[in-house]
Amino acid sequence: MQLTGAQALIKSLEMEHTEVMFGLPGGAILPVYDPLIDSSIRHILVRHEQGAGHMAEGYAHATGRPGVAMVTSGPAATNIVTPLCDAYMDSIPLVVVTGQVPYAVIGTDAFQEADTVGITMPITKHNWLITEASEIPRVVREAFHVATTGRPGPVLVDMPKDVANQTMDWYWPDAVDLPGYKPTTKGHPKQIKDAARLMAEARRPVIYAGGGILKARAAEALRQLVELTDFPVVTTLMARGAFPDDHERCLGMPGMHGNYTAITAMQQSDLLIALGSRFDDRVTGKVGAFAPGAKIIHVDIDPAELGKVRRPDVPIVGDCRLVIEEMVKAVRAEKTRRRDTGHEFPSLDGWHVQLRQWQEQFPLHYEQIEDGPLKPQFVIDQLCDNTPDDTIVASGVGQHQMWTSQRWTFNHPYTWINSGGLGTMGFAVPAAIGAKVGKPERMVWAVDGDGCFQMTAQELVTASAERIPVKIAILNNAYLGMVRQWQELFYEERYSEVYLSPDLPDYVKWAEAMGCVAFRVDTPEDVEPTIQKANEVDDRPVVIDFRTDYREKVYPMVAAGTSNDDVILDPAHDRPGGRD
Amino acid sequence: MTTTADGTPVQHHILTVLVENKFGVLSRVAGLFARRGFNIVSLAVSPTEDERFSRMTIVVDAESAPLEQITKQLNKLIPVLKIAELHPDQAVERELMLVTVKATAELRSQITELASIFQARIDDVGHDALTIQVAGAPEKLDAMTDLLQPFGIIELQRTGRIALPKLARRPAKLRAVKNRAV
Repeated sequence: MQLTGAQALIKSLEMEHTEVMFGLPGGAILPVYDPLIDSSIRHILVRHEQGAGHMAEGYAHATGRPGVAMVTSGPAATNIVTPLCDAYMDSIPLVVVTGQVPYAVIGTDAFQEADTVGITMPITKHNWLITEASEIPRVVREAFHVATTGRPGPVLVDMPKDVANQTMDWYWPDAVDLPGYKPTTKGHPKQIKDAARLMAEARRPVIYAGGGILKARAAEALRQLVELTDFPVVTTLMARGAFPDDHERCLGMPGMHGNYTAITAMQQSDLLIALGSRFDDRVTGKVGAFAPGAKIIHVDIDPAELGKVRRPDVPIVGDCRLVIEEMVKAVRAEKTRRRDTGHEFPSLDGWHVQLRQWQEQFPLHYEQIEDGPLKPQFVIDQLCDNTPDDTIVASGVGQHQMWTSQRWTFNHPYTWINSGGLGTMGFAVPAAIGAKVGKPERMVWAVDGDGCFQMTAQELVTASAERIPVKIAILNNAYLGMVRQWQELFYEERYSEVYLSPDLPDYVKWAEAMGCVAFRVDTPEDVEPTIQKANEVDDRPVVIDFRTDYREKVYPMVAAGTSNDDVILDPAHDRPGGRD
Repeated sequence: MTTTADGTPVQHHILTVLVENKFGVLSRVAGLFARRGFNIVSLAVSPTEDERFSRMTIVVDAESAPLEQITKQLNKLIPVLKIAELHPDQAVERELMLVTVKATAELRSQITELASIFQARIDDVGHDALTIQVAGAPEKLDAMTDLLQPFGIIELQRTGRIALPKLARRPAKLRAVKNRAV
């Protein structure tokens, strides 16, 4: 069968079970958009290429399947650089196809030419420039394989226009042949046995669960491990939902804006079991002072993570699910062995009592006064209480992200979607749209800041046009709130370029102009009824402009570069015997 | 020999990296070094006995800890098949140098004599200059350069070293990723 390069590309995407792609056509990619008309693939026409990338990320987060985006050359390719980098930092499987000027004129500064492969080299797991149409099926097959296996990540396929117009003999490769790419998935049995031995002796253990748990579909395995060992679990920003918040062993989020108990449990632990987490600076604080008395078991599918920040006592390269399943067996065996020899695992009762005391003594704190200004935390609590348990929540980056991660009760994996590593403002709206496309039966809310919302809001036009009923809660405090917080705390309240105005733009009118239903909420008593109204809308997007208190700050906080021993609590907790 | 600012020798590392012989691979490898702030002392690339693959010999001066991170990151590049770190004591290292040196008629014989001691070859002769080719261990090239300096070196070019493991004591072949990451 003879196909054009363009037809071969679309057919290859179909062979990889692509159901939906996000994109925007243009000159160099024109030939590929033609066979798309006859394809089974649903195409969602975005309003900006960055939106296509973040939608693909949201889709991948929510479904576990690779997100696919397609845009043209030059400026379109550079517009999708941010999502690629975001996906690279957060290990999200993406396949991005970019158009390229004809192969024959590459390097001549042709119209809309950019060195896309060169630009995206450091922010993709791998990328390909197609030179002949006959390469297309092989490259697409390789691209999906690389994006989804090992440590997942974004890949890019650059498709010159003349190659799309060439003809080729269709084939589909039976297998992928990449001699330099063989991810290790099975953990080394000896290392796993060593890990079990350390676990058998720990008196103050903490499981440090990271985003790798979700990537490896290991939430169930983790639950088994916790139920077997009774070890407490912290879930990082990327792992919220990987272990249910309502489980009594769940301590919630650690790190710069984690809760006191999660941070301090890690600091004082004698054994940290890092599962698919990477000792990010936002988690460790000052590395030299992080968990000084802890031995480290570190499980990651990426060997480069082991020893990158903290040297583990037991490094294990492997897929989190497979390794945890083996760990469960090894711990069981160790328990039996010790029971037989009369050396049982030490009791963890004292540790659990200590953790409970911290939780009671240092809870997250805020106060909503009845006639006072609307508190952002109150809005998030109301949202969480008035939406289904399996609601998917997306967020942008900043205060609203931290409050949501801190306060939302995540009881299911794949319900929390945010930009962790790169910290991409404007992530929420398109990511929520992508998630809703992937999981249409689920309610999808984005909690966004007013600063973030203004970066990518135009994708609500996409959502309206495509009838994708996402819901957006803007916590509008009229400031770049997190920057304001740092200026208040660390720059002597010298506020530099952080004021945004609550009314400019008029978010309600703007949302309505984009085809959304829109509400504004100024007072605490309007919060719940308005959320209910928004929940009833199921045929178009909804935006709620919550006018929140700009003075509210995110606590607890570990200031950048300081030790996790120095947790700054809410001012109400500052002095011993303070309120609460 | 690589030295620090105060002249003390620095332990160098030789990485030999087996890669797929495709366009853009050098850029991927070099980019990785640049992003981690590593200075490449020398780099030599050529196809191997199997022309589907190329071997890169990369010399870096580095403390061993960050080098571990670099080799792990290199291993993540899809076109990289194998990485071996060759310890200088366990490797045969060779380099080629071309040097053009001032050589008036009266000094020419002195220089050719020097060249023959180093088993170097005169590749080009001008009225008042010679171009000499010398191959060997990098230290030999350093020594020759020193001795030629007083005559006046006009231009000098070295290839950067290539290296293979010594046969007597075959070192650990590659930094395998398999669970021996640390």
